[in-house]
Amino acid sequence: MYLYNQTDQRLVNDRVVQFRDQMTRFLDGRLSEDDFRPLRLQNGLYVQRHAPMLRVAIPYGTLASHQLRKLADIARRYDRGYGHFTTRSNIQYNWVRLEEAPDILAELATVQMHAIQTSGNCIRNITTDQFAGVAADELFDPRPYCEIVRQWSTLAPEFLFLPRKFKIAISGGAEDRAAVRFHDIGASARVALDGRIGFEVFVGGGLGRTPMVGKTIKDFLPREELLNYFEAILRVYNRYGRRDNKYKARIKILVKDLTLEGFAKEVEDEWAWSRGGPATLTEQSFRDMEAFFTRADYAPAAADDPGYRQALQDTRAFARWVERNVAPHRQDGYAIVTLSLKKTGAPPGDATAEQMDGVADLAERFSAGEIRVSHEQNLVLPHVARKDLPALWEGARALGLATPNIGLLTDLVCCPGGDFCSLANARSIPVAAAIQQRFDNLDYQFDLGPLELNMSGCVNACGHHHIGHIGILGVDKNNEEWYQVTIGGREGAAAALGKVIGPSFAAGQIPGVIERLLEVYLEARHEGEIFIDAVERIGLEPFKARVYGGAA
Amino acid sequence: MNTLIRNGQIADDGWQWIDAGEAQLAARLEAGGRFVLPLAAWLTHRASLDPACAGVWLGPDDEPEAVLPWLADIPLIAIRFPVFTDGRGYSLARLLRSRHGYTGELRAVGDVLRDQLYFLQRCGFDAFQLRADQSPEEALAAFQDYSWAPLGGR
Repeated sequence: MYLYNQTDQRLVNDRVVQFRDQMTRFLDGRLSEDDFRPLRLQNGLYVQRHAPMLRVAIPYGTLASHQLRKLADIARRYDRGYGHFTTRSNIQYNWVRLEEAPDILAELATVQMHAIQTSGNCIRNITTDQFAGVAADELFDPRPYCEIVRQWSTLAPEFLFLPRKFKIAISGGAEDRAAVRFHDIGASARVALDGRIGFEVFVGGGLGRTPMVGKTIKDFLPREELLNYFEAILRVYNRYGRRDNKYKARIKILVKDLTLEGFAKEVEDEWAWSRGGPATLTEQSFRDMEAFFTRADYAPAAADDPGYRQALQDTRAFARWVERNVAPHRQDGYAIVTLSLKKTGAPPGDATAEQMDGVADLAERFSAGEIRVSHEQNLVLPHVARKDLPALWEGARALGLATPNIGLLTDLVCCPGGDFCSLANARSIPVAAAIQQRFDNLDYQFDLGPLELNMSGCVNACGHHHIGHIGILGVDKNNEEWYQVTIGGREGAAAALGKVIGPSFAAGQIPGVIERLLEVYLEARHEGEIFIDAVERIGLEPFKARVYGGAA
Repeated sequence: MNTLIRNGQIADDGWQWIDAGEAQLAARLEAGGRFVLPLAAWLTHRASLDPACAGVWLGPDDEPEAVLPWLADIPLIAIRFPVFTDGRGYSLARLLRSRHGYTGELRAVGDVLRDQLYFLQRCGFDAFQLRADQSPEEALAAFQDYSWAPLGGR
């Protein structure tokens, strides 16, 4: 894992002092609400429905055990004993007190964490694949590049007042687990025929009000040009992105207005000034950064452990958990484990302070003290020896984090919605709970197979509803909560946006609607065909007909 | 009172600001002094003015290319921030200073607040005409907000 040097530590320490002074001036009335708002947002502090919300950055979703314990400690001392992990691998505290926010930032700084640029019109937290560095299918580890971009973008003085927020994701895998094509900039690992390392760069993707799949602006960007090229994109966007209408201010609108070719030419002209110049990244800088992330200390582990084999045979619940929650690791004898934050009855993505402490302990016992946060709002232990899986499973069960539902219907992605968020049109947590209750039967879920259900409480799409195989969007009609349903969205290489099936529904109808969608799939599926593939093959009509009975 | 900070100190201005669309432009120039002219007026009158007395100001959507041929002789370039959340001026400053090597005074004017000074300075500004309500003492302290400097001088 990356460790702060003195420069990084000075930055976060200075930031705490600066924000404490800004908060004091605001509370004294010397700093107006309008002047303070962008400052507090760039420190992750929102003013929400019940209380201020503080969003803490978890850079590329990576945490050490002692950092997770600090997050638990903050949840206990400054919130109501829990936190919410988000779809951008951050954590949100929903019940903080405004005047205590500087104290929380000071606590975070003691464990090399912060809330810088988790909101506001600036470059946000860098995200990646939750299996980065350990995935069996990876071309190369994206985390050194995430960290290079994190350092560059943190307080990047030129880019603190962009037209709108700006999200960057970098993935290293053959398979995209970071939704790179739904970010303002996405970069996906590529290795050229001659062995050079670089990235395919996508631009202009995003969800929200105007969802778009990012387009390839560069087939192959050599890694040493990463910052020069990103800076060129950001400068073109900063100078020419629309500032007259916040709903048209994301980079995707600029790309659309200029056309991809026109935008790419502007970027090329800008890049020509810096390309190969003094700020070009050096081989040494890559080696230095890679050294933080290289793990050479895997204890030798047998690929086939007898105790593990036995547990698979003896305990069906364990076998099911292994089937859904354990992924292949690049190292023989090791596995990647996902701890589900999607137990029926708990708000998706929420973890209590006790659970966070418990996961920190499990990570220390079984995963070299490292935890990842996935954009599907689960926690991941990335370095688990297969022989330890039975003991880990017992530990996870005791914490209520062993629901064997990863990638299944009840592993649904969901924003905090109208219960907390002042932007939301509708609540999402109660609808998620109703869905989980209706489909809690594991045999049914396992039979259905992989299915991603994503829900957002408003068009800002924090719950990524557009890319759910089934998407649910809360809408407001005459001050009532209604829910629009889409199907056919997906992330990954075949990224697509879901299509609306018809008029929206009341909350109570949603489980029944989903049941009918699933009936159509179960009747129509071919052997081994998952839900989303069946939707692509047979189209929307059979689903519409079943849900609306020909009335839509 | 709009305090001027130049090179980290409160300073007397000594320049007369000319708004875009100034009705008495010819008469004011005739009266003499040192002027900061909007880009269009500067381009029109530049040749007839003493270069040492003719500064230019750019709005956020002005293109810096327009002034490049004379960059070495311009004593003052001001960049106007209509609101402090309009970040275009940061890029303009970077272009003028880092890319084109401008060495004269580069001044932020308009909605210039204490809490942005550190970052404005990092982009190449060395003079700051503060919004009228800003405390000069608090503003001077802002240059010490960070002991850290951005990566690679970016």
